[in-house]
Amino acid sequence: MKLESYIVADNIISPLGFTSSENFEQLKQKKTGVQRLETSELSSEPVCAALVDTQKLNSEFQKITANNIEKKDFTRLEKMVLLSIHDCLKQNSNIDITSKKTLIIFSTTKGNIDLLDPKQASEFDKKRVYLWETAKIIAQHFNNPNKPLIVSNACISGVLAIILGKRLLETNQYDTIIVSGVDILTHFVVSGFQSFKAISNEVAKPYDAKRDGISLGEGCGTIVMSSVIRHPSSDIIVSGGASSNDANHISGPSRTGDGLFLAIDKTLKESNVKASEVSYISGHGTATLYNDDMESLAITDAHLENVPMNSLKSYFGHTLGAAGIIESIIGIHSMLENTLIGTFNFNELGVTKPINIIKNTESANINNCLKTAAGFGGCNAAVFFQKVQNN
Amino acid sequence: METKNYITSYCSIKSGKVNVNGKETYSDINLSSVDFIKSVYKQFQLNYPKFYKMDHLCKLAFVASDLLLKSNPIMQKYAPEDVSVIIANSASSLEIDTEHQNTISDKNNYFPSPAVFVYTLPNILIGEIAIRNCIKGENTFFIFDKFDADFMGSYINSLLNGSKAKCSLTGWVDFYENNYEAFLCTVEKEEGILNIEHNSEQLNKLYNN
Repeated sequence: MKLESYIVADNIISPLGFTSSENFEQLKQKKTGVQRLETSELSSEPVCAALVDTQKLNSEFQKITANNIEKKDFTRLEKMVLLSIHDCLKQNSNIDITSKKTLIIFSTTKGNIDLLDPKQASEFDKKRVYLWETAKIIAQHFNNPNKPLIVSNACISGVLAIILGKRLLETNQYDTIIVSGVDILTHFVVSGFQSFKAISNEVAKPYDAKRDGISLGEGCGTIVMSSVIRHPSSDIIVSGGASSNDANHISGPSRTGDGLFLAIDKTLKESNVKASEVSYISGHGTATLYNDDMESLAITDAHLENVPMNSLKSYFGHTLGAAGIIESIIGIHSMLENTLIGTFNFNELGVTKPINIIKNTESANINNCLKTAAGFGGCNAAVFFQKVQNN
Repeated sequence: METKNYITSYCSIKSGKVNVNGKETYSDINLSSVDFIKSVYKQFQLNYPKFYKMDHLCKLAFVASDLLLKSNPIMQKYAPEDVSVIIANSASSLEIDTEHQNTISDKNNYFPSPAVFVYTLPNILIGEIAIRNCIKGENTFFIFDKFDADFMGSYINSLLNGSKAKCSLTGWVDFYENNYEAFLCTVEKEEGILNIEHNSEQLNKLYNN
């Protein structure tokens, strides 16, 4: 019998809130976490970004460690992950993170990269910039006995980590997988995207005719998947997923969308679903000229051009290694609440092929969600979530 | 159901030596890491102008993958979407990360460059291999403290046995602070001329060779 991958808990830590529900409520009210920061440590010039309030992070973190005898210092990034996993465990008491059958998958592009900055480095051991060291510290904190898996594959890391979790559950080596994706805003990342001239001066405008670049963000998303536990009130499974490469350019998206099409096509085939049966697409939608055009081509090739689709990058900013997970969680909650979230800052469609971008938040029957992602290195990924019909 | 898969070619580059399918094909133990990788490129006349734009990590991945696929031209046998590239390392892209950091640390000497920043992701090396060989299948970059033959072996087998790929280019490419190490292999369903079963034991043996 095939082992299914049920979603049994989830959490989002972002500027919009510290639980998935808080975040979803903010989205329903069309509130964005992206702000114009006139002065910040991120950049010498003003920059639009979605920044988690450090004071709030520290005070929330204190709450979960107050009774902890072992007083250890954690980095800003680690605090987000610990809070996020902690909230998931609180939601579902059947999750046993100390079990040999529970594995943590950690998705990040840069981890504690802020520690490379000579001004920050002194507080922590140099080893802490290694992603495996960060992951080890997280697993140890929860007394998880397994060596965490780490995926670092640009902006598709989060979607890949979910796919990987599903595949590992199917092998029955593990029965519960905790997938946690995180990236923080740093001078390192902001300066790099500025050198690319990729950052918009305003809040990003995905798929819009006037889009002119990304907004960066930070945060953490955690999804707990299991073949043996169930969510107390819902039945959603991961039914398929695939990745691909454009084999075209390391920093520019494919001009044809064939790579992303391939990932979508493989994902729908594995899920045994026809294009006409897809309820909703959570797109990548970075709001760069080329990415959004490329997506419209792939979506059209897959015959999904009429399916309601949004991008959440104008709410959360681009959270890199966390994006695929945070956006999947919003997709899952859209299914649970049968609510399609309107794309913030989207006014007039401006991509190569006409696709069905959701402008205003509305009710609809959502049985499933296709989440797509694309990233530097020519990589693409797609994953499919489905409601299970109970007998 | 257990289906066997096979390591059909392998290439390692470390300690000033190049080894392809068990034979040492080149060595120069007196060169620094970067100079050695460039000397391998010249020695085998790999002739790919983009090589010079790459960071050290990608250069290493490029020469190792090129020598591997010259010994076993898998792309003549498989469709682009049927070949996966699954690679891991320990230091991620910390070598070029440090270089990018050096361009932004001093306000009076501030010069971040897209040509450097684009390499600050480890999976760019998968992109470079994919572009060179037109490979469009599954791709994932993993980070481990050291080469994890148990995970890599079983994951690649599950991809091949689960029809997610027909062939996989996989292994380890690490470069940081003048230490470098590449071990790449192809995994296929047929024995090939080497007839080495693909499992963690064999991977460890070849990796440590």
